[in-house]
Amino acid sequence: MNALSANFERYGGVFLLPVILALVAFLLIGRPSTWVTLTVAGLAMGMMIFLMASGLSLIFGLMDVLNFGHSAFVSFGAFIAATVLAALALWVRADSVALNLLALMAAIGAATAFGALAGWFFERVIIKPVYTDHLRQILITVGALIVAEEILLVIWGGAPVSVPRPAMLTGSFIIGDVAIEIYRVFAFFLGLAVYVALHLTLSRTRIGLLVRAGVENREMVESMGFRIDRLFIGVFMAGSALAAMGGAMWAGYQGLITTHVGSELIVLVFIVVIIGGLGSIKGSLLGALLVGLMANYVAFLWPVLSLASNMLLMMAILLWRPYGLSPAVKA
Amino acid sequence: MDNAILRLDGVHTDIGQYHILHGISLEVPEGGVHVLLGRNGAGKSTTLRTIMGLWRARKGAIVFRHEDITALHTSSIARRGIAYVPENMGIFGGLTVEENLKLAASGGRFDRARLDRIFEIFPAMNTFWDRQAHALSGGQKQMLAISRAIIERRELILIDEPTKGLAPAIINNMITAFREIAAETTILLVEQNFRFARALGQTVAVIDDGRIVHRGLMADLAADEALQERLLSLSLEAH
Amino acid sequence: MSTETMETIKSRLQPMDRARIGRMVVYGISLFVCLALMFAPFLFPDVRAQEVAARICVFIVLVASYDLLIGYTGIVSFAHTMFFGLGAYGTAIALRTMGPGWEAILLGGGAGVLAALVLAVLIGLLSLRVKAIFFAMVTLAAASVMMVLASQMSQFTGGEDGITYQIPRFFAPANRLEDANGDVIRLFGVALTGRVALYYFVFFSCLALFLVMLRIVASPLGSVLQAVRENEMRAEAIGYRVVAYRTGIFCIAAVIAALVGVVRAVWLRYMGPDVSLSFDIMIDVLLMVVIGGMGTLYGAIIGVVLMTLARYYLMDVMALGASATSSIPILPELLHPDRWLLWLGVAFILLVYFFPAGIAGTLMGRGGKK
Repeated sequence: MNALSANFERYGGVFLLPVILALVAFLLIGRPSTWVTLTVAGLAMGMMIFLMASGLSLIFGLMDVLNFGHSAFVSFGAFIAATVLAALALWVRADSVALNLLALMAAIGAATAFGALAGWFFERVIIKPVYTDHLRQILITVGALIVAEEILLVIWGGAPVSVPRPAMLTGSFIIGDVAIEIYRVFAFFLGLAVYVALHLTLSRTRIGLLVRAGVENREMVESMGFRIDRLFIGVFMAGSALAAMGGAMWAGYQGLITTHVGSELIVLVFIVVIIGGLGSIKGSLLGALLVGLMANYVAFLWPVLSLASNMLLMMAILLWRPYGLSPAVKA
Repeated sequence: MDNAILRLDGVHTDIGQYHILHGISLEVPEGGVHVLLGRNGAGKSTTLRTIMGLWRARKGAIVFRHEDITALHTSSIARRGIAYVPENMGIFGGLTVEENLKLAASGGRFDRARLDRIFEIFPAMNTFWDRQAHALSGGQKQMLAISRAIIERRELILIDEPTKGLAPAIINNMITAFREIAAETTILLVEQNFRFARALGQTVAVIDDGRIVHRGLMADLAADEALQERLLSLSLEAH
Repeated sequence: MSTETMETIKSRLQPMDRARIGRMVVYGISLFVCLALMFAPFLFPDVRAQEVAARICVFIVLVASYDLLIGYTGIVSFAHTMFFGLGAYGTAIALRTMGPGWEAILLGGGAGVLAALVLAVLIGLLSLRVKAIFFAMVTLAAASVMMVLASQMSQFTGGEDGITYQIPRFFAPANRLEDANGDVIRLFGVALTGRVALYYFVFFSCLALFLVMLRIVASPLGSVLQAVRENEMRAEAIGYRVVAYRTGIFCIAAVIAALVGVVRAVWLRYMGPDVSLSFDIMIDVLLMVVIGGMGTLYGAIIGVVLMTLARYYLMDVMALGASATSSIPILPELLHPDRWLLWLGVAFILLVYFFPAGIAGTLMGRGGKK
């Protein structure tokens, strides 16, 4: 048993888990082409959920705040992106990669910017007054979620909104008898780029250093002369902006969104945060990839159990590692 | 005392519904090592945390160099040149030793001279400079914690039970290190270990049940065995 | 006695007096509501009003059982309506498959309650040892899974549309209390039929469950729970096994929710996710317990009645407002009666901010939390 764990650690430790999951799925699914499609879908979905979850994990790790209204940022991000893309419909449909890119950047940019601004407002008005009281925090953020969803309905109405996809991202790569959707590949690499950017910020910059230290021991960081509440705002804004970005990407992925888009995903986002461990983007990435893969594999194998399977995955991981797979070190 | 760098006046602190500090009055003269002695649960750590603003004093005043810092935010207190080395050392396990120090260095850059000084006082730091702090031994962590406090010039260093759980050999090294550090700043040392305290301290205050029960020179206390017996009769390690 | 002493005595009495008056007000309102509900079939004889009254009875118990968790023990759970749904669906499915008899209610309801208990034990043990926020997330996940299962196993549950079924003949309108001539007996002009009996089945079951909860709260268990909520570490230090107590109350609350779910299923003769499991109902419960007052049980009565009334009147007021401001941009949409939840949400946020003790709590002198 010890030799097994030693080998496990040597080959990447918990990062092996998605690989193991993929292999097991391959055995169960059988057909390689289906497996590839599902795996790509799972990885893409995982990356988008990573965007939504990473912010939540850092916010909770650093500030001990759980924002039950987090899904509102996802929903708003999705709808803003959809609106921008619809407004720039000409550029979206055009054959020019340049115009497509501009439209895409405008959509994602608008969503992300909104997320940051809304995050600032949210942190100052809703979160700050209830920093230490967990009960009121949960209640007030649920209240904020209700209000946000209603505002969403006021602005966009209740009917589903279709999301135009930029021409260059439609269609698939055909390799042999496997069709790989271009959008999914794009989503995967965008998420990966964000992860790398986050990782570099955290490990190479002073702010990143402060965040990593603050996640472990807030008091000590303050005792060293830093105003950590300013850091809170920044992290909260970043987390909300990322959530909105995730929502925007998800809107493009689904093609059709309803006002429930945030709440549909929030359970998976929470599961990712718990599985991954708090305060850690590495954990969030890991958890997100696992959840994305699991959701897609199980949706194919036993459709009824799709959400339940992720729930079971979470329970299993909690029994093995009660603090999650890769949590930040806590004082 | 006119040259008191820190003065506490009738400080009362509550933790939740528990009244921990009952009117603590204390003066820390500038320069050298000053000891706050007391057994477990006497209120030593609470006193330091109150000075640092981590617990709010309900009543009373804390004056640092003629400035009332009682109601200030912890980070403001720290920026006035007060460093704090807590009981659990407060080092950041997920960061490397270098990163821990970098955080404590002003502007994120090391003053070459001060860094060299640290290596003089703790030569062993060279051997674990790149390691993640959580992988260090107890003694190494304590070295790091203290280095963090002296990487910049400080007016006052608050240290909470630095010898807790450390081997005697390491404690001896600490005595030398502390003497060197105290030469250029003021240290308020909270301890249970009387031997360690006696080797370093110039003045001493004894705290029991949230009250100061003795104040005076360390030399006097060290010479008076009966007094030691009376004040320190419970937990203190006298070896 | 000097004037100084008189002043001190007066000032020391006043907060106590205020709290006592507040308590009287709360008890008074509760008694009034109880009487109104008790005589509802005679006071409000039309069918719609009956449904509202029955719904109020059920929700008072549902919200009060939630108050045991959130108000008395400090546990936030999003799975409460899941337990409610388990009791309700168990009964509903049994009545549909086994036919409209008392055995169906007992067996189906019993199965539902048992399932609720088992799930509560599992969830409780697994997650009550972790932080409150984790626990809330796990309950959210569990409730979501249950909802998905309910909508997907449609051969049993009827999916999104739900199922309808018959209930024992005793409760049928045709079952009339007749006098010697074969005419139906009337009381205050209302015919005494099975429907009236059904209402009293609902009323007395809910009353019984509410009294049970009052008893629990007044018992030693209640004091332990409050001690745990005030200061968990101290309670643990004194020797109470906190996890055991919290799991215990979680199970008790779950069972009560499931039992009142049985009652609801019998009354409605219809069961679907929209009336039991949905998050809309969970949010309603949350709103009611906070508005009414956490940690008071009587707060549930106030919260439920207030929200029920508010919903109807608020919608009417908003409709008026919407038409009055029809020329101003965006305002009519904000005031559209469908958006009542928006304003309730804002009121909820303000309440959590300024009056976390809710109406009953503030009246009874709990005041704002620090």
